[in-house]
Amino acid sequence: MITNVIDRRRRAQRLLLLLVVTLPLAMLLALGTGAVHIAPADTLAVLLGGDRGQATLIVQQIRLPRVLLAGIIGATLAMSGAAMQGLFRNPLADPSLIGVTAGASLGASVLIVAGGSSLSGLAGLSLVSLGAFAGGVLAVLLVYRLASSENGTSVATMLLAGIAITALAGAAGSLLEFFTDNERLRQISLWKMGGLDGANLPRLLLASVVAGAVLLALPRYALPLNTLLLGESEARHLGIPVNRTKLALIGWVAVGVGTSVALVGTIAFVGLVVPHIVRLLIGPDHRTLLPASALAGAILLVCADALSRIVLAPTELPVGIITALIGVPFFISLLRQRDQYGMQT
Amino acid sequence: MTLLQLQSVDAAPWGDPVLTDISLGLAPGEVMGLIGTNGAGKSSLLRLLAGDFAATSGSVLFAGRALESWPRQQLAQQRAFLPQLSLLNFPYTVEEVVLLGRTPHSTGLRADQDIVRQVLRATDTLSLRNRLYTQLSGGERQRVQLARVLAQLWHPDDMRGTLLLLDEPTAALDLAHQQQLAATIAGIAARGCAVILVVHDVNLAASVSHRLLVLDRGQAVASGSPDTVLTPALFRELFHAEVLVQPHPNGRQPLVIGL
Repeated sequence: MITNVIDRRRRAQRLLLLLVVTLPLAMLLALGTGAVHIAPADTLAVLLGGDRGQATLIVQQIRLPRVLLAGIIGATLAMSGAAMQGLFRNPLADPSLIGVTAGASLGASVLIVAGGSSLSGLAGLSLVSLGAFAGGVLAVLLVYRLASSENGTSVATMLLAGIAITALAGAAGSLLEFFTDNERLRQISLWKMGGLDGANLPRLLLASVVAGAVLLALPRYALPLNTLLLGESEARHLGIPVNRTKLALIGWVAVGVGTSVALVGTIAFVGLVVPHIVRLLIGPDHRTLLPASALAGAILLVCADALSRIVLAPTELPVGIITALIGVPFFISLLRQRDQYGMQT
Repeated sequence: MTLLQLQSVDAAPWGDPVLTDISLGLAPGEVMGLIGTNGAGKSSLLRLLAGDFAATSGSVLFAGRALESWPRQQLAQQRAFLPQLSLLNFPYTVEEVVLLGRTPHSTGLRADQDIVRQVLRATDTLSLRNRLYTQLSGGERQRVQLARVLAQLWHPDDMRGTLLLLDEPTAALDLAHQQQLAATIAGIAARGCAVILVVHDVNLAASVSHRLLVLDRGQAVASGSPDTVLTPALFRELFHAEVLVQPHPNGRQPLVIGL
């Protein structure tokens, strides 16, 4: 395949534009979707301050926080995934590789087993969510410590330490589940599946502040990430402060993904597949890959959440099941063309 | 004036000494070839100069200033390093890879593309410009990586103050491209760029280098112009190889023939 640099950049700009236009449309449709169907015109009217009776209540109180939360979380997961794939120079990397997801699951399990689910925490967050956040961040700190020596931080060691800590946290979690009673076991299991049904205004505000910071911070590392794909030493020889960049990327991803897991549980797949798909479309330049991944991740999670509400209505499916069901076939169809894209894994 | 000055440098990045008591000076526009057996410390010397690890004792001065005290970006504008192996496995186009060489500079895309075109031409990779790096052969990749480090230092007229470090740049190249590399090195050296390179082909090393430095177990055992350094005695002691050294038909360098 022949690709001119300028053409490729124009193509990336066009994709960004398309995504920017698609996201509000997806959100508008998602606001009308659910057990009660609301026409897009009515949804728009409610958003613009009009009164449509019951529809106003449903859109403003229930669906708007949920759809916005889905967008923010989807964007954070996808952009974090893109950053991790760049840092680890591996298109199969995923934010959970640095231990954050497993740590958060263990943190949540510990608090559920200790009876913390009946207690409320801070700012609309349950104590379980706070435990999840703490567990996720602690796991990443541990992984980072294990991979650091006086010669700097080894990305390869970090990958292995992440796998080790993930396995350890998984084993500890299984141990808890083995000894706990059936009701708590089900709570743990539901929490792990994730879901956006707990969306409310305080959670939305918290997510906006934290994820907003992450979404603004990560694109600042686009150029360092571009050079890191050449190799760490190569990036250093090009004048990039490699260790500082690694620490910053790991820190922002830990905070972003930790918050996301704490608020909506584990939603696998978005962080792995969205950046991969976007890279196949526009190439690995992080200046466009990061924002395009964020927008595409937001669209995917908003749509997946909307579908999760109607597929088996009135029962809601865990959203992680839907993201996988939408994303996997699309991903596989792109993988079938991988020779054309020259992707090596 | 010397661009690079090493004084009694020892280095032991992994505990055991890899370089012992190395002293050398390099002037702008000078090309120095490093030769020696596998594991003699050639790549280690290049990595030390590339800043991958620091000297445990002794001093390394670049343009009169201790190497480790240079501001990161300014140093990257003046020193480039081509490693033996490239890890890149993401689908950048060739032009994108070479543009990454311009990272330390803020010359703008238009000027950068102009420089990229010149270095692509110098490495015979202009026709690959829009191809994906991941789809290239080993030799093509090596030329593209060479183009990237050339782009990092490139100036059409004046390259004084720059240092290019090349670790086995010809390992995957065919004969025509080896000769082209020699011509490119001569070209940038004529514009003032100092070059240190590791090449296993001693005749190629002799043809591109003003000076050869022979390393053995981390120590400098011989240094000087190719015709003074390349003697049958050196090859017998160092490589345990019997060679014949004759004047090259081009009259400018010795010719080493393995027996």
